[in-house]
Amino acid sequence: MSDETLKLTPLHAAHLEAGARMVPFAGYSMPVQYKDGVLKEHIWTRESAGLFDVSHMGQARLRGVSPLSAFEEVTPGDFIGLKPGKQRYSVLLNKKGGIIDDLMAGRPDEDGLFVVVNGACKDNDFKIIDAELAGQVRIDRLEDRALLALQGPKAAEVLANHAPDAAKLAFMETAALQAFGVDAIISRSGYTGEDGYEISVPGEAAMRIWNTLLADARVKPIGLGARDSLRLEAGLPLYGHDLDETVSPIEAGLAFAVSKKRRDARDFPGASRIAAELGGELSRKAVGLKVEGAPAREGAEIADADGTVVGVVTSGGFSPSLGYPIALGFVPPALAVAGTVLKVIVRGKAQTAQVVPTPFVPHRYVRKV
Amino acid sequence: MRFTKDHEWVSLDGDVATIGITAYAAEQLGDVVFVETPEVGKSFAAGEGLAVVESVKAASDVYAPVSGEVLEANSALAEAPETVNQAPEADGWFAKVKIADPSTYEALMDRAAYDAYLETL
Repeated sequence: MSDETLKLTPLHAAHLEAGARMVPFAGYSMPVQYKDGVLKEHIWTRESAGLFDVSHMGQARLRGVSPLSAFEEVTPGDFIGLKPGKQRYSVLLNKKGGIIDDLMAGRPDEDGLFVVVNGACKDNDFKIIDAELAGQVRIDRLEDRALLALQGPKAAEVLANHAPDAAKLAFMETAALQAFGVDAIISRSGYTGEDGYEISVPGEAAMRIWNTLLADARVKPIGLGARDSLRLEAGLPLYGHDLDETVSPIEAGLAFAVSKKRRDARDFPGASRIAAELGGELSRKAVGLKVEGAPAREGAEIADADGTVVGVVTSGGFSPSLGYPIALGFVPPALAVAGTVLKVIVRGKAQTAQVVPTPFVPHRYVRKV
Repeated sequence: MRFTKDHEWVSLDGDVATIGITAYAAEQLGDVVFVETPEVGKSFAAGEGLAVVESVKAASDVYAPVSGEVLEANSALAEAPETVNQAPEADGWFAKVKIADPSTYEALMDRAAYDAYLETL
């Protein structure tokens, strides 16, 4: 895609001003890193607070007579049981139980569902939801809104200065409230494994809010490079890499996204496959790997102790927090046991890779306030 | 010191060529977290992959600017890959090779020509 066709977020000028290196991502020109670089930005987020522009992601309201029950037709989550003020992680499933996208859906208020989907998938997602749920829900895309993520152990004390009500949210709670003088939708969630918030605001106010948060010495802007290394350490899958339309939530280690009630009812797309997988008929399973030597990147083969190729790395890289390479990948369930010693093939050479539990770096979510 | 369009540098002392990546390349790569240096005794033709340098984000090949046999690899980079960022055109060298044909060194860009090339990027 040429630069001319790339879309810009409302914070584009701020990124250029801050010396960001811009790259094409999901059809947008996005900051991959600022002047400090990926390693320092990563560590800063783990130790203080990082501010991310994630305005490329797709925000929408699902409105209608009963948007919660309608949304259950395209996901395996318990949305009928979703209480106001709560948010759930879920997946859009195709008829074969493969993941069309992963998403967050919440009830910040009484106005239907507020959903946030991946930027690269958003047009397709909303087209599919619209087609599947035609006549039941109306999708109102919120393309005039920006999305900021404030992540890290100091995120809560920083945000409390600007949005005291947001400090009352616990992990996976969400609220529509006044903050920074605008109508904001704030959830206590994120994609780094740290405590933090995702903050939806009107696009025209985004620059002012971005600068307001950065005026706090505890906050620095963080690019997509560190966002990727942070989510990898947190063991969180990335759509298009660890997840795609062939991968089921059970294979991906996302069984928690398939609610108990829905498992019993088997009333979601691909339910028969997912029931079989839950019953033990699983051909591959996502694992975390601690890699010795060079980083094993996406596409690197995984071999067993005998050298037989048994799987593939779906994302991998160097862990700034741990100081060694880590990876996510698929292997047969029998080999998906922590402690299993495998090999990854990097540039033709076999390197030791041990199956380890994920997250690689413990989550620090604030579940009670 | 001489330079390539792929942003390797080479310096020549007798018939021993020391090879690394330029400050520009190190800046573009960002934080170097791993370097794969070549085995001593192995021969490379100019343009062949000599080493691999990895940032947090990606792996990049380092090509041999001249043909020759590897005499020494910079083993210090195994423990301290960040040296490539800190001193790319000095302590961050990758390998020393016995140059096959010293005239190929002279044919590469000098500092002025490389700087002019960078201006075009």
